[in-house]
Amino acid sequence: MMKNITTIARRELGAYFNSPIAYVVVAVFLLLSALLFFSALFIQAQAELRELFDGFWTTLLVAIVGPAITMRLLAEERSNETLETLLTLPVTDWQVVAGKYLAAVGLFGFAMVMMLFFGVTVAMLGPLDKGPAFAGFLGLFLVGSTYMAVGLMTSSFTKNQIVAFIGAVLICLMMWLIGKVVQVFPPTVQPFLDWLGVDRHLGNMARGVIDTRDLLYFGTLITSCLLVTQATLESRRWR
Amino acid sequence: MASIGKTMIHVDGLTKNYGSVAAVSGISFDVHAGEVLGFLGPNGAGKTTTMKILTSFLAPTSGRAEIAGYDVFEQSLEARARIGYLPEGTPLYKDMTVLEYLNFIADMRSLPKGATRTRRLRQVVEQCGLGDRLGYIIGELSKGLKQRVGLAQAILHEPEVLILDEPTSGLDPNQIVEIRQVIKDIGASKTVIFSTHIMQEVQATCSRVLIISKGRIAADGSPDELQRKAHGQPEIVVELCGDAALAREGLKSVGSVTDVRDLQADEGTAKDGHRFLVLAKDGSDPRGEIFRMASQKGLLLTELRRERASLEEVFRNLTSTGLPSDSAKPN
Repeated sequence: MMKNITTIARRELGAYFNSPIAYVVVAVFLLLSALLFFSALFIQAQAELRELFDGFWTTLLVAIVGPAITMRLLAEERSNETLETLLTLPVTDWQVVAGKYLAAVGLFGFAMVMMLFFGVTVAMLGPLDKGPAFAGFLGLFLVGSTYMAVGLMTSSFTKNQIVAFIGAVLICLMMWLIGKVVQVFPPTVQPFLDWLGVDRHLGNMARGVIDTRDLLYFGTLITSCLLVTQATLESRRWR
Repeated sequence: MASIGKTMIHVDGLTKNYGSVAAVSGISFDVHAGEVLGFLGPNGAGKTTTMKILTSFLAPTSGRAEIAGYDVFEQSLEARARIGYLPEGTPLYKDMTVLEYLNFIADMRSLPKGATRTRRLRQVVEQCGLGDRLGYIIGELSKGLKQRVGLAQAILHEPEVLILDEPTSGLDPNQIVEIRQVIKDIGASKTVIFSTHIMQEVQATCSRVLIISKGRIAADGSPDELQRKAHGQPEIVVELCGDAALAREGLKSVGSVTDVRDLQADEGTAKDGHRFLVLAKDGSDPRGEIFRMASQKGLLLTELRRERASLEEVFRNLTSTGLPSDSAKPN
């Protein structure tokens, strides 16, 4: 059972590295996050990672990189009609979703591992507060994973990769924004919307707190998006 | 290996509606082990929809289908494991090499790695003529080669049932002949369904034909049977040497003959020869009488041939309704 998932994941990773997109996306991600990190380092003279993991710009960056990674995963299969060959193999819809998601997370994880160099840089300059660094890193990774689950979901809705991309970016930005503008809404929904906002959970983790409630937040959103993706795949049979 | 006679494909009252359009309407048929079935029908007739249901890609609105005894809906995974499928247009992952792609399919089909798989790959590659192209990127292959990769992928796991949707569309005549041979070879030991709207293909490769039109089965039988049934009234081509008027009269005098028409002479016509198309009563065979009449009248008989309804005429009779309406070909 797992075999199908890993086979699909492997094929998608191969597809990423066969096209320039993966290289461009990872390079842009690393370049911009390096920019953010080193501007904090040099301009503010602060050897700190928190700004990197929790900052507005970083979150924005991930809200763009995540969807960029996932936009082709299902939209391309539909536009090339290869989805038909895939779904007539002895594989469940869930295995397809899980396999593709795994590949996206793998690619993003690979890009983030490169970011460890920032940690090394900081450690060389002074004592590195390992707790918050690790938690912040994990938090950013989880945010990216959530955004990619959203991206996979929008990729399943359409044949057009650009539409999938834009849709995911909008949703991800909304998820971030909503935590900031909670006051606008009536008091009854405020706690829920507050919970829905990404920045609170990421903020907790960047401070060094790994709270199960935050982990549950990410887990819930990721699972929900993947389930919607699976349902979307299933529904095309009935159309 | 399935024994001859076992029902490999069972379709029962299959219906598929797209909104108010019925793509497939109550189709029922069985295919037995070892049969090569040709699905013949105009575009939009429901061939592709039926195949997509058989391969579990679409769910029917009503009715059911079984592959090797497994329901395509309730036992979808088992059914799919026993099918090799080549969808219309041969969709492939263009960024992979041929070998990478075949290995991917082999993984998904749970073909054990190692010596077994290498051997099987070699067999398939040879059978489909992919010998020196294993390292080529699929996106760079010609259409004919892509089709062969698609075919290779479909037979890789030695499925009991092979379903091919227009496997020769877009190929040039040479490539068509090659693919047809591969299908025939495979058909010797497996059950094959393939769809087409080219008559010669059906005649050359199938043991049985299903003509589908507007979502329903219009005819079901061997190519011979269908041709025989369609042409109740025999047509005989006769070439006689001698006096034309005498020949014509003589032919008309034959009891079962209803009409005699002149035909153009062709390159093989003997000197002094005249060709006629003779129509006779339903079910009769005037050839013997024509022979005797010719010798009685002193005419030299140089050709006596019975015309059979072409499969094309059968097809057109059963499926034509003037210009095909824009039946929204669903996606």
